[in-house]
Amino acid sequence: MTAVIEPSTLSEPYERESDSVRSEPYLHIDGVRKDFRMGRESVVAVRDVTLEVRRGEFVAFIGHSGCGKSTVLNMVAGVYPPTAGGITVAGQPVTGPGPDRAMVFQSYSLLPWMNVEENVFQAVDAVFDGQMTQRDKRARTERFLKMVNLWEHRQKRPSEISGGMRQRVAIARAFAVKPDVLLLDEPFGALDALTKGGLHDELLRLWRDNGRRQTILMVTHDIDEAIYLADRVMVMTDGPAATIREVIDIPLERPRDKRSLMHDDRYLEIKEHLLFLLQGDVAVPVSAH
Amino acid sequence: MIDEMAFPMPRPLQPRSAWRRSISDAMDRAAPAALQAVRASLWNLASLALALSVWQLVCLTVSPDFPTPLASFRVCVQLLGTAFTKIDGTPGIGFQVLASLRRIAIGFALSAAVAIPAGVLIGVSPTCRKLLDPIVQVLRPVSPLVWFPLALVAFKSMGGVSSSTLFTIFITSLWPTLINTAVGVKSLPGDYRIVAQVFRFSRGRYLRKILLPHSLPYILTGLRLSMGNAWLVIVAAEMLSGDVGIGFFAWDSYNAGGYERMIAAVAAIGGVGLALDRGFNALHRHFDYRGADQ
Repeated sequence: MTAVIEPSTLSEPYERESDSVRSEPYLHIDGVRKDFRMGRESVVAVRDVTLEVRRGEFVAFIGHSGCGKSTVLNMVAGVYPPTAGGITVAGQPVTGPGPDRAMVFQSYSLLPWMNVEENVFQAVDAVFDGQMTQRDKRARTERFLKMVNLWEHRQKRPSEISGGMRQRVAIARAFAVKPDVLLLDEPFGALDALTKGGLHDELLRLWRDNGRRQTILMVTHDIDEAIYLADRVMVMTDGPAATIREVIDIPLERPRDKRSLMHDDRYLEIKEHLLFLLQGDVAVPVSAH
Repeated sequence: MIDEMAFPMPRPLQPRSAWRRSISDAMDRAAPAALQAVRASLWNLASLALALSVWQLVCLTVSPDFPTPLASFRVCVQLLGTAFTKIDGTPGIGFQVLASLRRIAIGFALSAAVAIPAGVLIGVSPTCRKLLDPIVQVLRPVSPLVWFPLALVAFKSMGGVSSSTLFTIFITSLWPTLINTAVGVKSLPGDYRIVAQVFRFSRGRYLRKILLPHSLPYILTGLRLSMGNAWLVIVAAEMLSGDVGIGFFAWDSYNAGGYERMIAAVAAIGGVGLALDRGFNALHRHFDYRGADQ
């Protein structure tokens, strides 16, 4: 699954941005609240969510089920508008979904009547309509499917491949439309631990090979996943009316290595803190040596 | 509302009852694979034998005028021999079936051309649903036998009888396709709609690559049910209209006292109906993308 592919031949040509551009806040979530109607009543799902994300930053939202993490992500995607507050990306207010903010869902959301190649190609074809020749679009589809090592499986339909492979197709599709922001909604939630681990590395490799251009927001309830992947972790309070409880910086340098992290004191400290925040007073065994 | 109607839903095409499943499961366990085909045809033979015995019994007891199985079989063979010849200006049974099929093909095609777009519209737009749903609900249960004289009045000046037969086929095969199409379109998962928005699918691409492929199995189920309706109705319509066709053939045989020929007509109607249903079923299976875990 992780056969080595020369990044230089496959990756997006990109200009290195100066650090000053990178460190500027890029995505603003400003005092956002979302109410949902439940019959006659209106329920506050999330409130007072304020967050600034730098360009190329990886932010994870972690919290218990139903804490409104996905609600925040969906609002950034433009699936529905906030009840109050606003969201801007690169200075532009979010008004609806678009290819600058590609999404990956836990349910894969591949189109089951199309094969793997067509699933990616239809997205590429639609997004770059009029900007690319058919041949370039086909080539781009091939390039991104090769990046996730699924080119040999291009003729198969989603029902004929495993869950992990489907999610790789969805990730390739998201990267292929050249998004500025990637929104990952529990992308690995339905996968077994081994597959999950492989996909973490694959995601990071794809991100690196694309120049870490994409700002990534990910929703998860897996503590290890959040620490391993993210630059910052937003810990949400329990819903309803959930909000950000604490922001935790992950100062671990990249590339990160899962095995050596297991013995990294900083990693263990962060994990312990996250466990404390998410599980309250449940006894947490202190790392015994 | 359309989605609450007790209408055959596409997914379980032929729900098997629990006891039947348990019997066939037991058979699956007991019989080696090679014997299963033999066993199935033996059951079919037994089933045929049962039907024939009941029929023969009825002839021997309560209905002495009713044609017996053997006499009917003889007439059937004779009719099959002259299926595509004209005897005394009367076309053979093959021609009669073809005439009915042709009439169905036209009426059915017209109804599909109306029902599928209308179903998509009802499925997509709540406004259309509110506007059209009451019309569908009121007209759907109206018997085809009433549509025929209504059509006779409506088409008095243009074509008259044969247009009326076509219209009766058209209107009765409209509903299953329309309703199933609407249900299929309406059942599109929200994620697919978001996919279309995120990747800026144009209206045409959304229709061709998401909405229609998703709804296709539902549409085909509707068409299959519509075809069943059409085949049921054509017989009645031809009896009323006197147009050449298998329904007319049955009625005409009754009037001429050729009761064995009526039995032959029934066999032809049943056989063709079964073949049409099998054909649509195969089509449905071919286009069903729903694999084991999607």
